Amino acid sequence: MTRYIIRRLLQGIPLLFIISLVLFVLMMNMGDPVASMGGRRVTRSSDYQRLKRQLGLDKPIYTQYLYWLVGNDWTKVDMDGDGGAETPGIRHGVLRGDFGTSLVNRGTPVLQVISERLPNTLILMGASEIIIILGSLLVGVYSALRQYSRMDNLITTISFIGYSMPIFFIALILMTIFAVLFKRWGLPYLPTVGMFDPQVGKTIGQVLLHMILPVLSMSIISFASYSRYIRSTMLEVLGQDYIRTARSKGLPSRTVVYVHALKNASLPIVTVVGLDLPLLLGGAVVTERIFAWPGMGRLFLDYVGRSDTPVVMGILMLIAVAVVVFQIITDIVYAWLDPRIRYN
Amino acid sequence: MDVIAKPLLEVSNLVTRFHTPEGTVYAVNGISFEVREGETLAVVGESGCGKSVSMLSILKLIPSPPGEIAGGTAMYHDQDLLKKTEIEMEAIRGKEISMIFQDPMTSLNPVLTIGRQITESLRTHTGMDQKTAERRAVELLNMVGISDGLLHLGDYPHQFSGGMRQRVMIAMTLACNPNLLIADEPTTALDVTIQAQIVELVTKIRKQVGMAVIWITHDLGVVAGIADRVIVMYAGYIVEEADVDALYENPLHPYTSALLGALPRVDRRRDRRLKSIAGAPPSLLMEPKGCPFVRRCEYTIERCTVENPSLTAVGPSHTIACWVNIRTGASR
Amino acid sequence: MSGKPIPEKVIAMLTADELETPPLSLGQLTWRRFRRHKMALTGGVVLIMLVLYAFGGALFLSEKYANYNDTQLRLAGPTLAHPFGTDSIGRDILARTIYGGQISLLIGLFAVTIETGLGILIGAIAGYFGGLVDNLLMRFTEAMLNIPEIFLLIVMAKFFGGKLPELHVLGRVYSGSLIVIIVIIGLTSWMYLARIVRAEFLSLKANEFVLAARATGTSNTEIIFRHILPNSIAPIVVTATLGVANAILAEAYISFLGLGVQPPTATWGNMLDGANQYLESAPWLWFFPGLLILLTVLSINYLGDGLRDALDPRGRAI
Repeated sequence: MTRYIIRRLLQGIPLLFIISLVLFVLMMNMGDPVASMGGRRVTRSSDYQRLKRQLGLDKPIYTQYLYWLVGNDWTKVDMDGDGGAETPGIRHGVLRGDFGTSLVNRGTPVLQVISERLPNTLILMGASEIIIILGSLLVGVYSALRQYSRMDNLITTISFIGYSMPIFFIALILMTIFAVLFKRWGLPYLPTVGMFDPQVGKTIGQVLLHMILPVLSMSIISFASYSRYIRSTMLEVLGQDYIRTARSKGLPSRTVVYVHALKNASLPIVTVVGLDLPLLLGGAVVTERIFAWPGMGRLFLDYVGRSDTPVVMGILMLIAVAVVVFQIITDIVYAWLDPRIRYN
Repeated sequence: MDVIAKPLLEVSNLVTRFHTPEGTVYAVNGISFEVREGETLAVVGESGCGKSVSMLSILKLIPSPPGEIAGGTAMYHDQDLLKKTEIEMEAIRGKEISMIFQDPMTSLNPVLTIGRQITESLRTHTGMDQKTAERRAVELLNMVGISDGLLHLGDYPHQFSGGMRQRVMIAMTLACNPNLLIADEPTTALDVTIQAQIVELVTKIRKQVGMAVIWITHDLGVVAGIADRVIVMYAGYIVEEADVDALYENPLHPYTSALLGALPRVDRRRDRRLKSIAGAPPSLLMEPKGCPFVRRCEYTIERCTVENPSLTAVGPSHTIACWVNIRTGASR
Repeated sequence: MSGKPIPEKVIAMLTADELETPPLSLGQLTWRRFRRHKMALTGGVVLIMLVLYAFGGALFLSEKYANYNDTQLRLAGPTLAHPFGTDSIGRDILARTIYGGQISLLIGLFAVTIETGLGILIGAIAGYFGGLVDNLLMRFTEAMLNIPEIFLLIVMAKFFGGKLPELHVLGRVYSGSLIVIIVIIGLTSWMYLARIVRAEFLSLKANEFVLAARATGTSNTEIIFRHILPNSIAPIVVTATLGVANAILAEAYISFLGLGVQPPTATWGNMLDGANQYLESAPWLWFFPGLLILLTVLSINYLGDGLRDALDPRGRAI
């Protein structure tokens, strides 16, 4: 088991490097950050050159990548344009946690900018994930047990619709029902903007209230597809020999289904959760936009719009790291849960 | 076999069918047999003859849909098992009548410890607490030849070999001292040497606890070593039933005779080819007209093609379903 | 289950009626099969209807009409004259969904063509040649898979967005961003197919017909395209079909964020741009395009599901 963990971790490292390379190449071609320095146009060519040197953009791309990765504080850069490097660099490089500074928020370290928004996105994602997993287990098992029944068919149809919907459509419909219509009908209604009501302040109750619609919007799609998936793994498991053995021992139906069957059927979901993270993140971007939720997704949109390359790059890299790490974690959890792998 | 005691299990005219998109499969077509206390009944036949399905039907373990137990009774302790509800059957299964299955690789739950899989029977049927159940589990493992049972309670099935797993299965099924053990080809998936061990084990245990055994197999070699009586099935029908010695010495149904003839024997001349039975079993999608074995039989007469023979006695506790006397060639 | 035992002799002579299965069980099974296929068929029919709507509708309402805006009528609710209402500058939404539909559907189609081409190319090369080539290509594929599609789309759309000039095709004007969107969706979705194609190639390449082809000196390219590829059509077709749904959704997402196809070209997605503002006041702005997207994706999903069942050689029961 330990060997497996180590192996997975080691596999992750080259992957992260390749990702960083891909992202870096992408970002470097995404435009000239100097031209629209966080929104302010630079017109004087001497300023332009100076800024280029400051940002290290006058160097060839592999040098830029190197500096980005490991910083340039171990070497000298040419700041005054005379062709000779004399000033020591100040960047520490990504590997030491320095993602550079934001162009929009002059001088603020990228990580700081991101970390202000990151927890907000994590809240949404965490809550969504819980709802998705618990909900789909319930619905999936229920469907499997009542295979071919009307309820099962209904659930299958709703599931299909659920994961065919664009997330913003779901969000807009939910907003219309629970915010607009409820309000019109005099029912208690849900808020649709932001994380809390500024007049009330950032309390837990406020945040929870404001979370309901965004989390629902984000969860429905995955919830629908996981339910179908669990239904099919459950059905497959229920047809296995060891279930027949369990029944032949006279165990109550409940035990056979919820212990013998479910334990086996729910294993694959761990892997699915890992693979699904990129989609959930993508959903977060759109959801945060609609509900004006101050999270990382919204930050990304804003800062792409303002060509703040360091921040954008930072977010992309962090996301990639998160995805890779999360997948490694889910793989390890799976290995731990499945006795066939754990005790080998 | 002395006193004609009341049979432990008496099955009459069991009919089981499966409804598939291709049509109805007539898996079991009205079979009747009985098992007395303490005796071992072997059920012999090739794959698809309905031997497993019959036993699963008795325990009502046939998935329905698509299966359907269409007729018959299975009397156990004066009650018809086929009429019982699922809850009532749960009290019978594992406690009064147990079953072990063919493939030990897939018949044990891979994510539960073997300790758990043994103790849950005990706790369900006898209300034991965990500690007592575990002690009993260790005893059982000992009985099946797995020493150091305590160490193994926390192990998982994949950590055992095939033979060991089958022993675990046996321990599991014996947990609540059932009166009847149904063994569905328990040694087919095992090595020959292990086979012998398992057969020996079951024989020993059933003598110890006085349990009746129904042993399903297609291997006539195994039958000789364990059975008291034998029934031979073909295409969902019973075609011959006899005490084991009588069967081997004097098989009277063409199918049985052919099966025995096909057995490789140590004393056979080496240069003779093994006799096999030509042809294949009939499709179960249709009810056969006449005797189901007619196409492959060497002794057919006109009547065989139109009328399905019913079981008739041809000796003390020896019945066959055949129109022909294969010793003389005359019709019965 | 009857109470009376049935004598064996009788069984052989039972008539067809008496042996007839209770309608429920057999019917249930058959119905379920039909139902499965029925949904796929329904999906196909709905899809055809949507295509007719988008392309056939153009015969009834001209593009000029779609672009015609009467600011007096802005944000008017559904009426007989404008069954889907009017948008923020007074254009008829029904007409816009017709023309928008054409673009959305075409984007789906073309994007899938690109991603299928890429996916097959990369998957085939990786699977066929194996070794280092396979390793490198698969690492790259994995890397791309780990970056959420939306983020890549946003970045690429932002950069390439304004770069291409307007196109004049068949007498109509299209925003250059259209091509951009098609290309970037294609460039970010090929990975799934690449993995599938690679898996197919890995398993097929050991087959005898490949060895035979090699022995007779067939070139690698020919083996790949003429021999192995045709044998792996099934999963490619299924993935491509489902890919169209994904592409339409991707376009919708990116256009909703304002970075997709730019005006004046309409798509279902960009009709939803800024729909928040009109949440209460003019729900018809986003409802109809959204509904059309849903119907399209839904029917493609059903169709793809049916195809998968039909083409899956392993024939899983469920």
